Amino acid sequence: MKPLTECTIGCEGRIVKIKAKDPIKGRLFSLGLAKGSEIKILDHTLAKQTWEVESDGTKIALREEEAASVFMEPVGGCE
Amino acid sequence: MRYGSCETDGSGGRNGSGADQKVKKIRVALAGQPNVGKSSIINSMTGARLHVGNFSGVTVEKKEVFIERDGYEIEIVDLPGIYSLNAYTPEEQVAKKFLYNEDYDLIINVADANTLSRNLIFTFQLMDIQKKMILVVNMIDEVEKQGGMVDREKLEELLGIPVVLTSAKEHRGVDEIVDHIIEVYKSRKPKNKLFYDERIEEQIGKLVKVLHKSPHFKDPDEARFIAIRLLDRDEEIYKIIHDLPIFIELHEMLGQIYRELEMEFDEESTSDILSDERYAMAKALVLKALKKPPKKLTVTDRLDRLLIHPILGLPIFLFFMWLLFQVTFEVGSIPMDWIDAAFTEISNTVKAVLPDGPIQSVLADGIIPAVGSVIMFLPNILILFLGINLLEQTGYMARAAFLLDGFMKKFGLQGKAFIPLVSGFGCTVPAYMAARTLKNPKDRIITMLVLGFMSCSARLPVYVLLIGAFFPTSHAGNILFIIYISGAILGLIVAKVLRTLLFKGEPEPFVMEMPPYRFPSMKALGVELWIKAKLFLKKAGTFIAGASMIIWFLSSYPHDSRLAQSYETRIEATVDEAKKMELQGELAAKELENSYLGTIGKTIEPIFEPLGFDWRVSVATIAGLAAKEVVVSTLATLYAVGDADEKSNTLIERLRENISFKAAVALIVIIMIYSPCIAAMSTFWAEVPQWAWRGFYLVYPNVLAWLAAFGVYTLLGALGY
Ligand SMILES: Nc1nc2c(ncn2[C@@H]2O[C@H](COP(=O)(O)OP(=O)(O)O)[C@@H](O)[C@H]2O)c(=O)[nH]1
Ligand SMILES: [Mg+2]
Repeated sequence: MKPLTECTIGCEGRIVKIKAKDPIKGRLFSLGLAKGSEIKILDHTLAKQTWEVESDGTKIALREEEAASVFMEPVGGCE
Repeated sequence: MRYGSCETDGSGGRNGSGADQKVKKIRVALAGQPNVGKSSIINSMTGARLHVGNFSGVTVEKKEVFIERDGYEIEIVDLPGIYSLNAYTPEEQVAKKFLYNEDYDLIINVADANTLSRNLIFTFQLMDIQKKMILVVNMIDEVEKQGGMVDREKLEELLGIPVVLTSAKEHRGVDEIVDHIIEVYKSRKPKNKLFYDERIEEQIGKLVKVLHKSPHFKDPDEARFIAIRLLDRDEEIYKIIHDLPIFIELHEMLGQIYRELEMEFDEESTSDILSDERYAMAKALVLKALKKPPKKLTVTDRLDRLLIHPILGLPIFLFFMWLLFQVTFEVGSIPMDWIDAAFTEISNTVKAVLPDGPIQSVLADGIIPAVGSVIMFLPNILILFLGINLLEQTGYMARAAFLLDGFMKKFGLQGKAFIPLVSGFGCTVPAYMAARTLKNPKDRIITMLVLGFMSCSARLPVYVLLIGAFFPTSHAGNILFIIYISGAILGLIVAKVLRTLLFKGEPEPFVMEMPPYRFPSMKALGVELWIKAKLFLKKAGTFIAGASMIIWFLSSYPHDSRLAQSYETRIEATVDEAKKMELQGELAAKELENSYLGTIGKTIEPIFEPLGFDWRVSVATIAGLAAKEVVVSTLATLYAVGDADEKSNTLIERLRENISFKAAVALIVIIMIYSPCIAAMSTFWAEVPQWAWRGFYLVYPNVLAWLAAFGVYTLLGALGY
């Protein structure tokens, strides 16, 4: 289990924990990021300040702080 | 809350009974997550009349369509996109308020077939409202193209509500929605099929019992809805029960229920428990009703690899912006000469047809050239709007927000603020409204305070005119780009200053959906452009024509007949043609100086004198507070009236003769920074309730504009211009 921000582009896995507080937690949830969702790291900006992930066909951009509150269990594609 | 016609059959509700001969009205709320295609669906409905207005009391655009069918008049209200009833942004609040408080007969919930499970979670929340409901699964064409399939019957069976599969793009299933509306309206409400885990249902039951003690919640459906929303920690609902006599009992019970459930499910909040439940139900439903082949690499994935590439992304973005302004200027300038020639022709015809006198003068010297000088810029404005709409509709705007978020954060803004900021290049009014997608009030107000520095398309005419007069043509597009970029940079700097001085604290978190790239609908683009062109022409024909009439009047009166006579005799006495012309010019200039406008101009001239403005430019600048195009039309009127010498034909030449280069640059700076038009100012007023900010907003851009213009003017002077 590690936060998204410690993963590399192309990394795939499943979300195991979301530490964010409401209302961010609720927002992440309504975009499809919830405990148990599949997730893939698509991209980040040069300074890794903003991240893009994909879950169940939805692409979501989030900032470093929010990405760090989402924890995943990687299964493949990671370096 | 009203649930009027739910229990009875459809003939109840607003229409009363026995209204058989009269048209029966059905009011429908169209709800769904953002970008699912709600607007596309109502736009493609056959025989629908579109009406665009505002939601009461707020400036969120409200699109409604009216359809007549089988003796019913159906009104469909397109609500702002909403991800969840746990509303997050002010715009979502509008949709939520409508769903909770307005009087409507049924809900049409539009879902995107590509992301069905996520959409269904919201569907479940809507079903809790216990209204009649239809689920529309849109974008079915995309799922089918990938080899997938949605099982409509299965969905209907499992959800217990009618389901329609549609593709707004291919006009499939859209008109069937109307048949379903009538059918569902006439039928009894189906039995609720949505039940949560037993342990949750037990607690809902307890809450419902207490709620029943209040005369407001005798209806079991409504009580159930309230109970569920309380478990979902809905503050709006909590506020409703807060004022009821049963509140104390309810409050105590709620506290206990929260604790019990949270212990039992090992979750932080009952809201999370409900979310998990809905999530599980959605997954189960999708498993049964949606066949989806394994995901292939989509066009979006491939495009994103390039367009939001960590290194290449930003340069590509800057190139797009540069291209936009280049095209705006280059292509936009092609029809300009034709429009200009056409209006000169009209003006000359009027002069030839009408007898000399004030009526001929107000038309030929006042209104026609002024309106013409503004309409000339219609092509520029339409191209700029088209560009911004394209960025928005293709989905690129979200990418730009992604790319710029880190950068924007440095200035105390967040990536999403980029969307209102870019819209600001089109028009400041909708841009203020777009700022509603920012949840945090501080972020919103900072964004709105700097939005005016994003030069709107109404300022374009002023820039184009001044650039044309004072800069070489070969650089025109670049100069325009520089003006817009400097406005943006200034906006960022001011945002940073505001953030450090007045709004301490972190900007709001950045979480945003990146919609797939879509080829924009040509029809939608065309309609938007058409609306924009119509509004602009209307504005030119009414507001700007009116303003230029006032300017003409103020500049032509009072008429000093003694002055005129003394010159007239001198002119008649002269034989030399050149001398005659000179005298005529002198007379015109003197008359203008003595006019009302001349007096006003002289009064305000001292304010603008340090910037090198003469009284005419000063008047034009002030008139620009009404609308930026008025700057151009005022300059046109003032330099036409005061210029009997026909040597310089075009406004451009007259400006060159009368304004220095450094004053022209100072004028550009003023236009770039000072208060936007009245329409924008009143929108800001409507959006921001705090008096302190309203006052600040009225003063600071103007002070800043003057100081910046003075700085530039002095600097250019020092450089020897
Ligand atoms: N392929 C496809 N695209 C669609 C369909 N319906 C809408 N779109 C596109 O989806 C995007 C969002 O549509 P819009 O109506 O603005 O969504 P709204 O935010 O729900 O009002 C637009 O680019 C539409 O052209 C559809 O049925 N199929
Ligand atoms: Mg819409």
